[in-house]
Amino acid sequence: MARVAFRWTVLTVMGVFFLLPLVAMVEFSTRDPETWPLLLNWPKLSADYPALAVGILASLAQAAVTTVLMLVLLVPTAIWVRLRLPKVRPLVEFLCLLPLTIPAIVLVVGLAPVYAWVNYFVGGSSITLVFAYTVLVLPFAYRAVDTGLSAIDVKTLAEAARSLGSGWFTVIVRVVLPNIRSAVLSAAFLTVALVLGEFTIASLLHRTNLQVAIEFLGKSSATVSVAVSLAALLLAFVLLIVLSIAGSWKGKKS
Amino acid sequence: MTGVAVHLDGLRRTFGTVHALADLDLSISPGELIALLGPSGCGKTTALRILAGLEEATAGRVLVDGKDITRLPASKRDMGMVFQAYSLFPHLNAQQNVEFGLRLRKRSLKRAAEMLELVGLSGFENRYPNQLSGGQQQRVALARALAIEPQVLLLDEPLSALDAKVRVQLRDEIRRIQTEVGTTTLFVTHDQEEALAIADRVGVMKSGKLEQLAAPAEVYLRPATPFVADFVGISNRLPGVVEGDTVQVLGTKLPLVGTHADGAVTALIRPESIQVSPDPSSSAKVLTSSFLGSLSRVTVTVDDHLVVAQVPSGDLPELTQGTRVRLTISPLAVVVE
Repeated sequence: MARVAFRWTVLTVMGVFFLLPLVAMVEFSTRDPETWPLLLNWPKLSADYPALAVGILASLAQAAVTTVLMLVLLVPTAIWVRLRLPKVRPLVEFLCLLPLTIPAIVLVVGLAPVYAWVNYFVGGSSITLVFAYTVLVLPFAYRAVDTGLSAIDVKTLAEAARSLGSGWFTVIVRVVLPNIRSAVLSAAFLTVALVLGEFTIASLLHRTNLQVAIEFLGKSSATVSVAVSLAALLLAFVLLIVLSIAGSWKGKKS
Repeated sequence: MTGVAVHLDGLRRTFGTVHALADLDLSISPGELIALLGPSGCGKTTALRILAGLEEATAGRVLVDGKDITRLPASKRDMGMVFQAYSLFPHLNAQQNVEFGLRLRKRSLKRAAEMLELVGLSGFENRYPNQLSGGQQQRVALARALAIEPQVLLLDEPLSALDAKVRVQLRDEIRRIQTEVGTTTLFVTHDQEEALAIADRVGVMKSGKLEQLAAPAEVYLRPATPFVADFVGISNRLPGVVEGDTVQVLGTKLPLVGTHADGAVTALIRPESIQVSPDPSSSAKVLTSSFLGSLSRVTVTVDDHLVVAQVPSGDLPELTQGTRVRLTISPLAVVVE
């Protein structure tokens, strides 16, 4: 009985701790009845708040490009390391988890000189942030892909495919990838959620994205800024829910 | 379809200072099934993987049908392989698994159905690997390996993950199918019964070398070395005395395999070569007896030695613990060391 009571107390306290700010955001952003309809009216939004519109588009583009870049770099690498270079796996794992241990602010200090060169060669567009973001999402994406690879016997499957006449490309595309689909999907969703919520690096490198725009907007139009924050949060929630559904669907299948 | 000849010529494989294969020479005749038998780490799987192209030899050559394929990648070797671990592609059903190699080769997919029928799995085409039992998965894997009409069939302990009954059943079936299609086959196993039952010739390996390569009966009845005698069935190690071409063990003169200098030796005698009968005047006594089905095993102490004998289970009631018994050894040739 005491345990049940304790459990409910913890759940209630945690629930209030997480939900209270969100409830406050809902309450604050609905004080002006015009706010939420505005978010659904893109032409008006982009006319009234051009900086916010630019931020939203920039973040969406960053999320998309980072996801592609992450998948192209990470998935083949993780598979290759498993298949051919098992000895360097701990090193790769360490490297991929490194960004998690370095605070974003420290990362920026290191990235600033690198971005001076990026500015010089590619220009100062906000899309160039994808290079930093790809590093930033590595810990999460790597873990997701690696978990997927652990769930199947990659080595035997690859050897079976090779003995049947597949080259390495066919092995990866037709045998390994279809069996780690949900893991790859997880990595992609986590990347999108992370990029949509990123503020520090974008702000300190003087580039724009959704969070930078929200922060900027907070100074002039607080309700819209809070509403957009909430919408971005909800989008991330939806992504994570889709992720867990995709995971459990796969669990049922096998 | 007739098989092709396979030659492993001086194959060597070293991992650091360990010699997994030490200049292995092995010739497989067209259509023949050779079983490589040995304890784990003896190099049998390494030999098979080098033949498959999944591992590289440090030195030596692999010749298939007269062609040197030592440097050819696995995907170009035209070999069907069945693995110890379940290796069906989880995202494909049985039929699609068998079709995999055919699609890569742009061959008619009709053969997939024929192969599933050959392994007795018609009607299971749409099942996914997780809906098949272990035995069925290995049958599909066999169908998949044979569908591409490989030059050589490689079986890497395909039965070791299965339970005893399915194992015997599938073993016999592999032999039937192999004889039917006539593909040259290399079968790797650590199970001596399996090797003796299935193969045309059995190669017993130790420390990366072949100790003996001969027909199953030959390997069993005339083991070339003490290691082979010991590995292929349990052997009693009993003191004996060599005199010319015979050896005297427990008072019985037995013919000798090979030659040996006269003097004291250790003779390797199989449990089934020893008969046990009650004899109150004997000094030998039954220590334990265990019922194993149609045959039973009796341990007897004689002059401080333990002797294991295999006896018909019908004799077991009179061979209880402490019974004094007489041991008689069948006059089969024995190995000494």
